[in-house]
Amino acid sequence: MEKKRLFVMFVMLFAICGLLFTVSCAKQSVQSEAVELETDSSAASAEVSQMTAEETAEEMAEEMAEAEAIAAEEAAARDAFVNEHIHFDFDKSTLTPAAREILRAKAMWLRNNVDASVVIEGHCDERGTTEYNLALGDRRAKAAKDFLVDMGISASRLSTISYGEERPLDPGSNEAAWAKNRRAQFVLR
Amino acid sequence: MVKRSLFVAVLLVCLPVTLFAQYDYVRITNPFLHKIPIAVPLFKPLSGSEPEVMAAQGGADLLADTLAFTRCFNLINRAVFLERPDRTGVTLADIDCKNWRDIGAEFLVTGGVTVAGGIVEMELRLFDVFKERMILGKKYKGKPEDQRKMIHRFCAEVMEQLTGTPGIFESRIAFVSTGDGSKEIYACEFDGYDPQRITRNSSINLSPAWSSDGRWLAYTSYRKGGPDLYITNLTENRGTVFSKEGINIAPSWVPGQFMLAATLSFEGDQEIYLLTGSGTVVRRLTRSWGIDVSPSFSPDGKRMAFVSGRAGSPQIFVMDMASGRTERLTFEGGYNTNPSWNPVNDTIAYCAKTGGVFNIHVIDVKTGTTVALTADQGDNESPSWSPDGSLIAFSSTREAGVSRIYVMTAAGTDPRRLLILPGEQTGPKWSPAVAAGR
Repeated sequence: MEKKRLFVMFVMLFAICGLLFTVSCAKQSVQSEAVELETDSSAASAEVSQMTAEETAEEMAEEMAEAEAIAAEEAAARDAFVNEHIHFDFDKSTLTPAAREILRAKAMWLRNNVDASVVIEGHCDERGTTEYNLALGDRRAKAAKDFLVDMGISASRLSTISYGEERPLDPGSNEAAWAKNRRAQFVLR
Repeated sequence: MVKRSLFVAVLLVCLPVTLFAQYDYVRITNPFLHKIPIAVPLFKPLSGSEPEVMAAQGGADLLADTLAFTRCFNLINRAVFLERPDRTGVTLADIDCKNWRDIGAEFLVTGGVTVAGGIVEMELRLFDVFKERMILGKKYKGKPEDQRKMIHRFCAEVMEQLTGTPGIFESRIAFVSTGDGSKEIYACEFDGYDPQRITRNSSINLSPAWSSDGRWLAYTSYRKGGPDLYITNLTENRGTVFSKEGINIAPSWVPGQFMLAATLSFEGDQEIYLLTGSGTVVRRLTRSWGIDVSPSFSPDGKRMAFVSGRAGSPQIFVMDMASGRTERLTFEGGYNTNPSWNPVNDTIAYCAKTGGVFNIHVIDVKTGTTVALTADQGDNESPSWSPDGSLIAFSSTREAGVSRIYVMTAAGTDPRRLLILPGEQTGPKWSPAVAAGR
């Protein structure tokens, strides 16, 4: 009798936990990683149902939350890699200290994601001539690539393309827009 | 396809007349030239039919506009004319030269038009109203659509007579326009007429460059992803895509040869290389760390101007092609780019950044003397000389900050917008004297 009650409680506990997971997963569904997460958790729950009573639901919950946190962290790191651009001074392709800092983080990410290949785009502001800016964009992309290679990333994973002044992020004609547009950005292949 | 000239030109006058017509040529590259006062009255419809009247009106206006475009002529306003050759007659016997002298004309052009059986006949005459004689007389015959060509042919004869060079009437101007949403290459006639789209790939197309026979156009295109070099025959459906790793940009043809220089970066640094027109690398021309870009050749092809960052900021350098010896040309200002070597002499137009804005300057290669041709009119970039060195096409943001193409004289006077198209227009490149249309 006592044993049966314990079992019922255990099942209920598990059901509540499962519900919690479903809710948290639904919240994440905007991100592409959420799809993988969802299938992972359902697979996990199938496994759990076969588990012996010794393993508590608490442990399971911790494990799941951990996996979820890691996935979220990975997604954030990936977003940062793609969305964080490095910026340059006017008519310059030398890496600023801030750009080096960002590139170090990118190198770290590339080390953790060995399957990722990247196209580094070099961009310029609208001032100056089209042709000179195409060459300058090429130098900017190559400066970023060289830095990553020096950090130990294989050159075969990195390619470059110059867009010169052809693809501004900000169409404005002012200092703020120009500063934003003088950049190298990183696109996953 | 190059349109074959379908019309016939007949000399109206006996040759001796033109032979002893010795004129002191007007120097069309002279900065302070005296514009030739000329009268172009309406043409006479010789039989008076309706299509003839139309052709006569349109023909006279086109002839006047064409001469005015050269900036060598001062077209006298028709409102002050004392005679109406379209009514009284178009030959020397029909006109009173004094009537034309009195209104300030030195020269007079008359035209007579016949349209019969779908064929236009146009007789055009140029008179010196001081010497009271005809110095040029031509009869042209062709289809109505050839009328523009007939007028241009006669204008070339007038230019030859009065300035010693046949002018620019068979040249074209290539440029980049965003009117269709992407940067595509177009080309129009010298006066902005009939812009034709040359690229249609919805990517980015830049830097058109004409071969010196006017039949090939090289340009940069992102059609296949990266900036590659396209070398295209304008009359036949053939060409080459030159695509190495890195940038393949800024082509410029060597005068008189099927050979071009372009900036490539497949070896790492952005250097200028010499290529054949079929896309084989002949040799590397520049060897300096930093950007080398935008080659432009002297008329004899023995020297090449280009932009280099080797001095720490973009400046114009000149290389002797045989020895490779290179000298810095520009020293004023921290940003001098876009060199365009005058096709008839030793001056180079370029784009200089001064006080945060871009302006067209011209530098004398021998003396290093520079003259600013534009000022206080927005940003002015990408100068390109007309084949006779009398005019410069360039892009400017002078009207509402939108980039458009303008043409001014070699002295920077008479700037006028070249054509009306939607979007922004940049990077004009004037062809040699004769260019293939499309």
